[in-house]
Amino acid sequence: MSDDVLRIRTPISIKYQYSAGPRVSSHLLGLMDGRFVGKRCPVCELVYMPPRNGTCAKCGALLGEDVEVGQRGTITTFCVVNVPFLGQTIKIPYVSATILLDGADMGMQHLIQEVDAADVRMGMRVEPVWRPREEWQPSLENVMHFRPTGEPDAPFDSYAGHL
Amino acid sequence: MSGGTSEYSIAADGSFTAPLELSYPYKRTVGPILSRFLTGLRDQRIEGTKGSDGRVHVPPAEFDPITGDHLTEWVDVASTGTIVTWSWQPAPVEGNTLQHPFAWALISLDGADTNLLHAVDAGSADAIKTGMRVTARWAAEPSGSITDIVCFDLTSGSPA
Repeated sequence: MSDDVLRIRTPISIKYQYSAGPRVSSHLLGLMDGRFVGKRCPVCELVYMPPRNGTCAKCGALLGEDVEVGQRGTITTFCVVNVPFLGQTIKIPYVSATILLDGADMGMQHLIQEVDAADVRMGMRVEPVWRPREEWQPSLENVMHFRPTGEPDAPFDSYAGHL
Repeated sequence: MSGGTSEYSIAADGSFTAPLELSYPYKRTVGPILSRFLTGLRDQRIEGTKGSDGRVHVPPAEFDPITGDHLTEWVDVASTGTIVTWSWQPAPVEGNTLQHPFAWALISLDGADTNLLHAVDAGSADAIKTGMRVTARWAAEPSGSITDIVCFDLTSGSPA
């Protein structure tokens, strides 16, 4: 009885050829070069970074020209992670923040390090810490994390429209 | 879940492409009925369950399709049977027990009243017909899985 078949493995996998399309491609290629490349909406002029799937959420227009943003930015909102979970690789507590890169109109999510979680605040100015160049992939993971720049905090009004 | 991109390329129009594999490493418990069925396959034995109307279900049904009761009566069936219907698979995919073109077939095993879906190594689509007789080909190294039957072979002298 103990030798009976009690469980089976049924792994499944799907292999894709992922194509980013022209609008997201320039963003990914920019990351290969250590740059943050977003796109501007030709109608409302909002700068998307990352450039989503190529259309403006507000106007529905196809995004237009490439716009290089950053590298520095401002924390608009953040979350202190205190809960351990399976596969966690970062020591808790740590901070996941929405960062509005200079020149962008959309915040992007990234990790904040090199600062005590209790000291992170809205308006804090941050800069990226890039991995060694030889490890770069077409991915936002090229940035290990963001850290405080030490500049004075950005005034609330400067990012109030981006929350 | 796992996934990843490592090899990427840039097409002539500047668009970025990369292979992306999405996979889930599922495993599951099989319950008492399929446990007995799969354990039997490991020993080159095919068993089905008998329903309230006397029909023998292979693969085994866990519950009676008519009354909903647990099925507990087991019946040995043969490793030979008849093709009820089939469909040609010209391009096998990863995980198929045969890596050359074969037929997917519903097979009525001798002694069973329902059909088992499995591969038939027929060689070509011209060589297989509904009504042909087949025999199970067993795996050299059984693992307690439906793939312990590698496929079914057409029985020589099979009536078409």
